[in-house]
Amino acid sequence: MTEIILLFLLIIVAFAAVSMRNLVSAGMVLAVYSLLMALIWTRLNAVDVAFTEASVGAGITTVLLVACLSHTGRKEAPRHKQRRMKFIPVVLLLTVLALVYGTLGMPDFGDPKAPANLHVAPRYIEQSQDETAVTNMVTAVLASYRGYDTLGETTVIFTAGAAVVLMLRRRRRAEPKPTREED
Amino acid sequence: MHNVTIEAVARVLIPFIQLFGLYVIVHGDSGPGGGFQGGVILGASFILHAIVFGAKAGRKRVSQKVSDILSSTGVLIYGGVGVAAMIAGGMYLEYAALSPGHAHAASHYGIFAIEVGVGITVAAVMATLFFLFAARGRSDV
Repeated sequence: MTEIILLFLLIIVAFAAVSMRNLVSAGMVLAVYSLLMALIWTRLNAVDVAFTEASVGAGITTVLLVACLSHTGRKEAPRHKQRRMKFIPVVLLLTVLALVYGTLGMPDFGDPKAPANLHVAPRYIEQSQDETAVTNMVTAVLASYRGYDTLGETTVIFTAGAAVVLMLRRRRRAEPKPTREED
Repeated sequence: MHNVTIEAVARVLIPFIQLFGLYVIVHGDSGPGGGFQGGVILGASFILHAIVFGAKAGRKRVSQKVSDILSSTGVLIYGGVGVAAMIAGGMYLEYAALSPGHAHAASHYGIFAIEVGVGITVAAVMATLFFLFAARGRSDV
């Protein structure tokens, strides 16, 4: 029941974020979206994912969005009504129907016989503590069984940071002489 | 922009946020969280400091040089653990090979080391991103 309420709130918040014209408010609403998402992950016992969603989705992303908006402006550009396309609701409805049809073929939530629970999960559950010596199974998978992937992710974060530094940071020499004292 | 309330609250909160971030990083092997989440929290504490006290004051705590070096240090720690495992005779990132005879402890400490590496990189990159976005076009941050 709680999940259903949270999912409905999620849809409402998503609509609010899309329809808002003030982009700073839309960013804040997206933070609420992430926080709701984190609650849902917690309800599904995916605490590590919830942790990431709350800190990255609701925290850092919002701050970076607002920091970007301070350069681009708070208001969304006005939309042209005559250019609104009539077939979009139909496409949306068809997409929703296709997605719902897709879920019909999926195993039940928490089904022990689901393919995902029969492949490598039993090995992780039964032996990860012996093989990796850490008690948090998620950490065991991320750091040990899938250690290469986590190394790749860390490299991606480092590369992204390096790219932003190269693009946005100005060198002191290249700067023209300031005409007035900056704050 | 000075606001006494916000500054006073931030001054008290930031150490606890940082402590929590460090706790999440080093506690990742036995509880929820890990290097990534802890690193984000640690980076967020620097961002909060920069929001409240200004980017310039924030850069006094974490200078450009320090954050640049830290963001590469974390990846190097991660990769270094892998190379160390190879030197010790195992495969790349085979933590158990780090100390033959103590496979269990070696695996635990190997995972601990890479979590710390991830945390350092993530915290430094998050802080750098904010500094660059918040003060775009200025050379001092």
